[in-house]
Amino acid sequence: MTSRVAGRSGRQAGFERAAALADGTAQARGRAGYGLVGPGLVYLLVFFVLPVFTLLATSLYVKPPGAEVGQFVPALEFGNYAVVLGGYWPELLRSFGFALLATVLCLVIGYPMAYLIAVRLRGRAFVQGLLLVLLIAPFFTSFVLRTQAWKQILADEGFLVQALKTLHLMPQGASLAATSVAVVAGLTYNFLPFMVLPIYANLQALDHRLLEAGRDLYGSDLTVFRTITLPISVPGVLAGTLLTFIPASGDFVNAAILGNNRNTTMIGQVIDSKFMRVLDYPGAAALSFILMVTILVLVTLYVRRFGTRDLV
Amino acid sequence: MTSSGTTTTTPVTPPAGRPAPAGPRTTGRGTDGSRDAGAVVSGLGRAFGRWAIPVLGGLAFIYLLVPIAYIFVFSFNQPARTNLTWRGFTWENWQNPCGAPAVCEAVQTSLQVGLVATAIALVLGTLLAYGLGRYAFRFRDAAGFLIFLPLATPEVVLGASLLSLFLNVGMHLGFWTVVLAHVMFCMSFVVVTIRSRVATLDPRLEEAGRDLYGSPAQVFLRVTLPQLVPGILAAGLLSFAMSFDDFIITNFTSGTLETFPKFVYVAAARGIPAEANVIGSAMFLIALVAVIVIQLVSWQRRRMTAGPR
Repeated sequence: MTSRVAGRSGRQAGFERAAALADGTAQARGRAGYGLVGPGLVYLLVFFVLPVFTLLATSLYVKPPGAEVGQFVPALEFGNYAVVLGGYWPELLRSFGFALLATVLCLVIGYPMAYLIAVRLRGRAFVQGLLLVLLIAPFFTSFVLRTQAWKQILADEGFLVQALKTLHLMPQGASLAATSVAVVAGLTYNFLPFMVLPIYANLQALDHRLLEAGRDLYGSDLTVFRTITLPISVPGVLAGTLLTFIPASGDFVNAAILGNNRNTTMIGQVIDSKFMRVLDYPGAAALSFILMVTILVLVTLYVRRFGTRDLV
Repeated sequence: MTSSGTTTTTPVTPPAGRPAPAGPRTTGRGTDGSRDAGAVVSGLGRAFGRWAIPVLGGLAFIYLLVPIAYIFVFSFNQPARTNLTWRGFTWENWQNPCGAPAVCEAVQTSLQVGLVATAIALVLGTLLAYGLGRYAFRFRDAAGFLIFLPLATPEVVLGASLLSLFLNVGMHLGFWTVVLAHVMFCMSFVVVTIRSRVATLDPRLEEAGRDLYGSPAQVFLRVTLPQLVPGILAAGLLSFAMSFDDFIITNFTSGTLETFPKFVYVAAARGIPAEANVIGSAMFLIALVAVIVIQLVSWQRRRMTAGPR
């Protein structure tokens, strides 16, 4: 009797294991797993977690009396945070504002791109591949060089501004150079591939029988898109918005090249200048930490609200 | 082109205004006058739907390529102190791309950093992605979160924290500090790219390998790894691109070492030489041609293995 039960439950376990194997989430157990993930995780602990704690420690350092520029001693000066928050909250807010605008623009521009490649050109592997390469290949031109090119394209004497003024789409005295419009345009441009690629990866895996079913039920293209495609692509949109918003909020190259010194300064510029030129390490570290924690809080709230469990 | 029967160009919907072919579909569709107007609107909507995506997507690609065209055109500009206005066509810059001081040394450094960092990130990242996808162990969710974190941290924070570590430890800033930094963020991209492929692997193939008395290492090298090759290639390309293009983290961790993006950023103050445009354009073209060749080869091979249908 007992042996029969054991036999049955054993077979049951076998079935479950086979089912787990079949759905691709097979889980083997054992030491081999640690051996595989060990080196990579240790690397991240040493070169990501440890530096973040060093940064935290550095943000609490103080300057001893009579010390030279760039010399600090370990301490627990939480006042550093109040000082930098009081001094740089406008830059912090502006960074998140610019990043949010750029993210929305990237989504509006990037979703049709991803949809075009993944859904409309489905089955045309070569054209698909070509457009994907065109998305990644700009990285090889160097983004600093491309941002610099934008500066010259948007310049007052450049062809774009001249053309817009001739067509009366832009008032005569106005300019695009060194404005927040230019900075947001630059951010949008530079982070667009990070929006398109995750949405593409998501739409590419879309089961087209669902779309056919929707059309068979007399759904218009819009209805099919709204009720089937869009909900399914939510994880891709989520990943894309995060991969755009996060780097954009900490970026300083666009603001440095395309902005001005009055009303486009972003927090990345402040951190860069404090670390590299002013040598105010505690201030820079405190600002970095504020930026990181704010982003983590925003991202957590956002993922809680819209998210799925698997991000990576 | 290569339409394979699954193209979406032909709508499956029956033409409006006529009864639908057969079956229970025909029920519930009256024939009153308001339907014609509805048909016109939906026809317009369909035309809009058909053209809006290609037009918008096409415009977006043009937006993406405008600065590259600009860089390409100005790589043929006649040399002067700055490269801001068009002075006339010349081949000179392309014939001698190393003409500007230090530009080729910077490119060489960038290529070396990119290759070394990508190689290390690929090894660590592939093992990590496979381990996470295939093995259950404690802290797996935490490990996944740890890998995601570098992607969820702005580069300026990554750079600043690495610099504060290197400063505190007293490490000399240069080639190896840049490589260490690049491996860190490239590895996350590698894991993300490969992990989705691990999920699609058929575990029965590995099972078969084990049944044939393959050791775990043999099974991994001869069964698993070959299946992951396309993912590894894509991850390698992405990783190299990220490393080659990185400015912010490199700026923090490089000391006096000059990479190509750093060269351009510093040169911008006094005017970027046209030679930098030559190198940017050439890298773009090389990447484009390389990937197209890889695509053609794999396409050809797939056609040959698939055979005539």
